[in-house]
Order: sequence, then C-alpha cells, then structure tokens
Amino acid sequence: MRNDEFIVMPIAQTKDETKTSRTFFFDYNLNSKPGQFVMLWLPGVGEKPISVSGEKEGRFSVTVCAVGPVSKAICELKKGDKLGFRGPFGTHYSIPKDVESIAVVGGGYGSAPLAYLCEHAIAQGKKAYFIEGARDSAHLLFAKRMEDAGAEVLLATDDGSEGVKGFPTDLLKDALKAHKIDRVFSCGPEIMMKKVAEISAHFNVSSEVSMERYMKCGIGVCGQCAVDELGICLCKEGPVISGKTALSLKEFGNYFRDSSGKKIEYNSRRV
Amino acid sequence: MLSVSLAGAKLQNPTVLASGVLGTTGASLIRVAKEGAGAVTTKSISLEARKGHPTPVITTFDAGMINAVGLSNPGIKDFLPELEAAVKGSPSPVIASIFASTIEEFGELAKEVSQAKPSLIELNISCPNVNDEFGRPFACDAVSSSEVVKAAKKGTAIPLFVKLSPNVANIGAIAQAVEKAGADGITAINTVGPGMQINIEAAMPVLTNKVGGVSGPAIKPVAVRCVYDIYKATKLPIIGTGGVTNARDAIEMVMAGATAVGIGSAVYYGGVEVFSEIPKGMREFMESEGYSKIEKMRGIAHEE
Ligand SMILES: Cc1cc2nc3c(=O)[nH]c(=O)nc-3n(C[C@H](O)[C@H](O)[C@H](O)COP(=O)(O)O)c2cc1C
Ligand code: FES
Repeated sequence: MRNDEFIVMPIAQTKDETKTSRTFFFDYNLNSKPGQFVMLWLPGVGEKPISVSGEKEGRFSVTVCAVGPVSKAICELKKGDKLGFRGPFGTHYSIPKDVESIAVVGGGYGSAPLAYLCEHAIAQGKKAYFIEGARDSAHLLFAKRMEDAGAEVLLATDDGSEGVKGFPTDLLKDALKAHKIDRVFSCGPEIMMKKVAEISAHFNVSSEVSMERYMKCGIGVCGQCAVDELGICLCKEGPVISGKTALSLKEFGNYFRDSSGKKIEYNSRRV
Repeated sequence: MLSVSLAGAKLQNPTVLASGVLGTTGASLIRVAKEGAGAVTTKSISLEARKGHPTPVITTFDAGMINAVGLSNPGIKDFLPELEAAVKGSPSPVIASIFASTIEEFGELAKEVSQAKPSLIELNISCPNVNDEFGRPFACDAVSSSEVVKAAKKGTAIPLFVKLSPNVANIGAIAQAVEKAGADGITAINTVGPGMQINIEAAMPVLTNKVGGVSGPAIKPVAVRCVYDIYKATKLPIIGTGGVTNARDAIEMVMAGATAVGIGSAVYYGGVEVFSEIPKGMREFMESEGYSKIEKMRGIAHEE
C-alpha cells in the first residue's frame, strides 16, 4: 500500500547560490526526474513544495530561496541539521529520443529544475541551451554550474549587469532563429512561461512548462491545486505540462487561488 | 444494474466523491463526474472564507492518512459560481456540503447554497478538524444534530443528507434523531479520531495542528459497522463512506446497508480512475454471484 511519510535526515552538505538562496544536499536515493518536486518539512516551522534541483549517485538536492517564513527558516540551516522531505511528486520534463537539442528558459527561482534537466540532457549526449533571466548578476542562479556542465549559457538581466539587458524570452527567440532546437522547457514567472509557450508554438517547436499552484497535500487528494477549466491537479498531473495544455488553461498567466480557494488575479497582486 | 436513487437524485452507479477530496472548484467536480462518479460532493463550504490550518496538513501511514486541512474554503459567496458551473456541467448529481459554527448559520447557508440548485445538500456536522474553535462537533449529540437539521430544513426544500461522526457511543441513536428531525439521508462516516503521527527522527507530531482525522483503509471496519448500525436504526438511504478503495469494499458497504458508496482517500491510492474501476468491479462481482440488481445486496448482511 502506498505511503509517502516524511523522511527526516541530516543535511549532507549545503552550498550558497546567491545571497538569498541555498542548495541542500541529502544522501538519499530519491529516484527523482527533472521537474518533480518534494515537500520539504522543517519540523516545528512548516512545509513547502520545492523542485528537485539535482540528483546523481545517491545524492539529491533542493535549492531554496528565502522568500517566506518557512523558506527563510530553512535557509538558515547548516550541514548536519535535520530536514524532512516526502516525494518525489508530480510529472517531469520529458526528452523524447529523437530530440537532439533543447533550450530551457528560467526566470527568478525557476532555474533549479532546469539546471537538473540540462545535466540530464547533456549526459544523454544532447545539446542544451540554458537561458536564464534575473534582476541583476547577483540573482543569477546556475550560470556557472551550467557552463561547467557543458551547456550553452545565455543570460539576460534587467539592469544589464550580466549578459544582455532585456528578457530571457528575447534570447529564446534569437536562439530559435539561429539554431536547430527540438524542444523548449521553462520554469519561472507565469507571464514569462506563457510567452515561452507562445514563442515556441510560433516556431513550431513543442514546449513544456512547470506551472505551480498553492499546494497542501502534494498527492492529488485535497484539490487545492486544481486548475480551470480542466480541473486537473497540478501536484499530480503537473507541475510539468505541455505548453499547449498550459495555453488551453483559462487561469494560466491570469489568476491563481489562495489557501482558502479564492481567486487572485496576477496583475492585482503586489510583488 | 448499478443505478441507485438518493432522495430523488438518480445515480448511474453508487460511487460518490466524498467531501473534501478534490471537489474544491466547479472544474474539479466536473472532472471527477466525467471520470465516472455516480455523484460528486463539494468540499464543505462555510459562510466566510477560511484559510485552513498551516501545512503540513496531510500525512500518510501504512493503512491510510491523517488530515487537518481545517475546512479551508473560499466562503459561500465565492463558491456559488463554482457550484453553479458544476451543476450545469456535471453529468452526475452534485451534492453541496456545508458547515457552520451555529445552528442558525446552518439555516442561512442551506438557503444560500440552494440558489445554485444542487441535487442534495449535505450537512457536515462532524468534522473533527475544528473542535477547538467550535467545541464538540454537533454530530456528537442527538439534540444538537436534530436542531441543525430543523434549521436547515427551514432554509431549503432540497433534500438534506446529514454527515455523521463515528466518534460517538451510539451512532444509531443519532441517526434516529436526525431522521425524526426530517433528514432525507445519512452520510457516514466522517474521519475517525482524531489521530496523531509522530515522526521519530524529528521527535514531534508531523501535522502542524498535531492531530487530524484518520481516513483510508484503516477505518473501513469502523465505517462498515456504523453503516450497519444506521441501517438497523433508520429507513434513511445511506452514503456509506470510509476506507473504500476497491469494488469489494464497495460491495461490503452495500451489504451493510449503504445505498451509495462514498470514496475519498482511495483517490490517493488509485487516482480518479477508481470512479470507473469500482463500478466495473461491482458489476463483475454481481454477475458472477448472480445478483441482478444492487438492491438485492443492500443490507443483505442483516439477514439472519
Ligand atoms: C483531505 C481530506 C479532506 C476532507 N474534508 C472534508 C470536508 O471538508 N467535509 C467533510 O464532510 N468531510 C471531509 N473529509 C472526510 C471524507 O469526506 C470522508 O468522510 C472520510 O475521509 C472517510 O472516507 P475515505 O476513507 O474514503 O477517505 C475529508 C477527508 C480527507 C482525506
Ligand atoms: S495539493 Fe492537494 S491536490 Fe494538489
């Protein structure tokens, strides 16, 4: 009988990525695939869904950005401190055999599962374009890791402090024009992912996006993450869905639901 | 062969999506109905919005799960359009579940929710998740249970099902009381407990709320016994709920006296596909055992 109880164990290692984000490694065979997530639990503080940011040789990692009370408390943790997780949950990015080269587009904290995906793709002998956008150079997450992994790294910042000044979606457009790219993957702000799905469709390239919603159970039971109008649960039938499916969802890029289930428009939300 | 009727609502098969599992939005209810559910129940709705308890709110164990979702919902005003969409788009009857902290509020809510014309209204008087806020659930006491039914009856003409708690000494007596008060049916059971899970590495309870309602396979024997007791005590149709994960469990509920079978936690084990698989398995069992209609099995376990 299925059981997804928390596993609580000491953190094997940590690595600071930016001023406000930290990667935590666990010596545990999670058997995850790029795009899947775990529920992280800091006993006594709370729980948070978080993408797996890498896994190999019996060690997996998550990269946490300190944004809310739970993630801030998690980011204070050091090697040897105990942290709990359950999962992996949800769908994953898929790279069919005939795909030879991929482009990933990450914004904000979205680069974590994409870095994992690129490493996975490169290990299978595929070419990977890693496109990342951030406020400034200090907020870029995995550029160095991706260079080391052998990806083609293309960066965009709002202030031009690193890479081009502009949007990662513009870099995607240029890449699709200049290179043969068979599939596009994205994770990050929904408005950006919507653009990625539209641009890919325009170039006739299939895409996959990671669409997140407020989650409670993570196991397809509580209905908190159901999206309009398909009524599918993104913790189970997502977070990774095809760009085509995403574009067919009424709420994609438009609204989401808070923990009570009330609808909140993206543009009315202060960020 | 499998169709049943619940206080006038016609179900193609006896499976009913239990309240609080999926069913949070119109689209989600329609989706489950399209997967084959004979009827679908909404998440329990209150007058005002509730955010629910802080996570973790669900944890699993070998034989089930414990939840302290805490009755989160957007409140009746925001939920009405969702319910209207469900009633319009769902191929099977929609049951609106409501809960309130006072008897008067139950009447008010029953009236409000009726605007969307659900086939049935379910009065959730038994959620163990909100004990501390509201005191003992109404379902623990025959008098307050019947008061709730009477208040709701005044607010609506739609048939009323009452959702009972297993955490009482004599569930048959409570069932009789709500029957006398005018209830049209009974849903049993809500979650058992509350229960607790302690993670031994963390050395603390897993749920932030510490305790939560137990559901899933572990509670099936309790649910079957409750349905058996209620069937013996009343003439009301019963939505037998608790730990049903496959066709055999569903048949067991029917044999205890259930007219329909509520399914919640099984979605975790078998996905929404359970709503097509369970009716299929029930049909196969009935064919091989020679039952021509579901009525032939209902309450059969009571025969001496
Ligand atoms: C996550 C979860 C949320 C629930 N929320 C509600 C609710 O809002 N209202 C209600 O009447 N019952 C609620 N229940 C109880 C179920 O409707 C059902 O009575 C109980 O889980 C037993 O059935 P099962 O073993 O098939 O899950 C909930 C159960 C679960 C697991
Ligand atoms: S978070 Fe509960 S169903 Fe997705």
